[in-house]
Amino acid sequence: MKKTLFGLLSLVSFSSTAQIGQGGTVTGNMETNVQYLNTDTLIGAFAPEQKLVANSYMNVNYSVNKFRAGVRFESYLPSIAGYPQFYSGSGLGYRYAQYAGDKITVTAGNFYEQFGSGLIFRSYEERALGLDNAMNGASIKFNPRQGIELKGVIGRQRYRFDSGNVFYSDAIVRGVDGSINLNDVIPGFEASDLKISIGGSLVSKYQSANNDTIIIPKNVGSYGGRIDMSYKRFYLNAEYIHKDNDPTALNEYIYNPGHGAMVNLGYSQKGLGIILAAKSIDNMVFRSDRDVLGNQLMINYLPATTNNHTYNLAGTLYPYATNPFGEVAYQLDVFYKIPKKTKLGGKYGTDIHLNVAVATDHVRHTSGVNPEATYVTYVGRPFDMTDSILNFDFNFHISRKIGSKIKASVHYFHFIFNNDVNNVTKFAHGYIVSDIAVLDVQYKINKKHSIRAELQGLFTKTDRGNWATALIEYTISPKWFFAVMDQYNYGNPDESMQLHYLLGSFGYIHDNSRFMFSYGKQREGIFCIGGVCRPVPATNGLTFTFTQSF
Amino acid sequence: MKKIGILSVLAIAFIGSFSFDSSNNEEVGKKMPSVMLEDLDGNQINSADITNDGNPIVISFWATWCKPCRLELNTVAEEFDDLVEETGVKLIAVSIDDERNKSKVRPVVDASGWEYDIWLDTNSDLKRAMGVNYPPQTFLIDGTGNIVYSHVGFVPGDEEKLYEEIRKHSK
Repeated sequence: MKKTLFGLLSLVSFSSTAQIGQGGTVTGNMETNVQYLNTDTLIGAFAPEQKLVANSYMNVNYSVNKFRAGVRFESYLPSIAGYPQFYSGSGLGYRYAQYAGDKITVTAGNFYEQFGSGLIFRSYEERALGLDNAMNGASIKFNPRQGIELKGVIGRQRYRFDSGNVFYSDAIVRGVDGSINLNDVIPGFEASDLKISIGGSLVSKYQSANNDTIIIPKNVGSYGGRIDMSYKRFYLNAEYIHKDNDPTALNEYIYNPGHGAMVNLGYSQKGLGIILAAKSIDNMVFRSDRDVLGNQLMINYLPATTNNHTYNLAGTLYPYATNPFGEVAYQLDVFYKIPKKTKLGGKYGTDIHLNVAVATDHVRHTSGVNPEATYVTYVGRPFDMTDSILNFDFNFHISRKIGSKIKASVHYFHFIFNNDVNNVTKFAHGYIVSDIAVLDVQYKINKKHSIRAELQGLFTKTDRGNWATALIEYTISPKWFFAVMDQYNYGNPDESMQLHYLLGSFGYIHDNSRFMFSYGKQREGIFCIGGVCRPVPATNGLTFTFTQSF
Repeated sequence: MKKIGILSVLAIAFIGSFSFDSSNNEEVGKKMPSVMLEDLDGNQINSADITNDGNPIVISFWATWCKPCRLELNTVAEEFDDLVEETGVKLIAVSIDDERNKSKVRPVVDASGWEYDIWLDTNSDLKRAMGVNYPPQTFLIDGTGNIVYSHVGFVPGDEEKLYEEIRKHSK
């Protein structure tokens, strides 16, 4: 193992010096986040003993002809505020070697992979959230002909990074996946307006077990199929996954089977797009260690059925994540562009986006079940919703270019958030109803200078009351940016907590390198990327971020 | 283990400094990596196979939820027809939206009226292979397949530098 690592490294370092002669390529990136923290008891920010904390990463990929290898160096000295505690020390967090032939690609070491929509298997990295369930093992992809792809994976999943060493899951994860594009393989179907591809997956995990009271299944399987279709402007994709019974600490050792189903139905033409999404989840915690709590070691991925909000007050205070134990969710999106040079659309046209999403609990049928004998506590059926709302999200966006220099947009959000199910605040119980309004205006002063302002207000009668956020950003293309943001919790019922959270930042960009300094207070909240959310504590201090790609 | 640790740090620092020297603006010899992706119609694409008859290609990493990304693609769209006529450029917008937002890519593209090639990098494989940290990041590939320019982030005015680079590398 160690020898392999060393061999890989020497190969990479040797080859990089010789790359021009041999035609190989080195790509990669690096990122450093350094914080100097102050304690501020009012907002609950506590500086660690070290005062200075830093996360650093560097990815290096080397490829020559059909061969590729790479490593990621990671360092947490110690990890930055709010990062999971199980990241510490410095070392190699990821290394792989790969051969990519015309029809076969084999990878040894670490790899990321996704089957179908990920409902059954997704290994991925979301560095900002401290999420990384990379596989450590081997994978093979086989494309016998155009339109057919077969994949096989085996390995253990990354669990934590402790004192510079990576620890992997107890369970071994094995899976196969196949997909066929029918237009490619059926003669005469190539040119059809109807496009169909189908796929299927099987994933199982093995973990030894020694439990005296119950018989735990050591091998747990999961399987399912999917279809993607489109006909002219209509498209449909759907996937259904069944999971065998998998008693775990998280589901309280029940023997229920689980399912995950997703359907997207869409219509799209120039200037208009409509999508209806439906999702049904029951007992879908599928992870490579039955005894671990927290959000590590997930084998599958259950995407949130809501819009991914990026305005601060809409994105951080009441974020919804899929309830893996069970929910039924629907979402509607309408995108419309009011044509340009019309009375309503103006000279440049106006963009409108409407999004409505609702997630409810699902029905647990208990008649006829005998939990004492079978440990099956209920029967769940797909899309069997209750009227108990887990989350409701309505949002509406209008954006328009006014003249050649001004771009403006207005946004409205209405949330009903069930804090009992998805607990994000200790100041409220049950439903939190909130309304958010945002105005965003950008003015282009000249070819290089522009200024942008954001005004946001959040109004709620519960939790910490009303919030206002103001942001001003000044940019000088292509090198500089400056921003000041103030969040003000002016409606907090506790007057001593009606605080300003002032944060100033500036940065410098040189092609693919970016430096950023920010100083001030950051509010405690939930940080979400790609539908996965992680709480970050309040911080107060100086942050330096450097990213580069090469 | 300690020795290996030190060696690996040295190796990485060495590679890092080497590539830093050679990277900015002079990435001659660096080609597109080979990664399998899909387009909006579900066709499989190998990223290394792209060609544009010897004309430049822009690769732009974006996501439906990334405002500066959409601002960049909208800004370029306003002058894209003229740019294509003048330089023969092709733009490939690589969406890194994952399963949560993937189905929104097509309507966002259509509603915005973009005439770009769209690739779906659902599990960020190409993003990783090209060393992208956070979107948007834009690469320019010249007529012989070399990556000749790259820029991270987008603010109004950045498009001018991109146009300048495209013109410089068109036939």
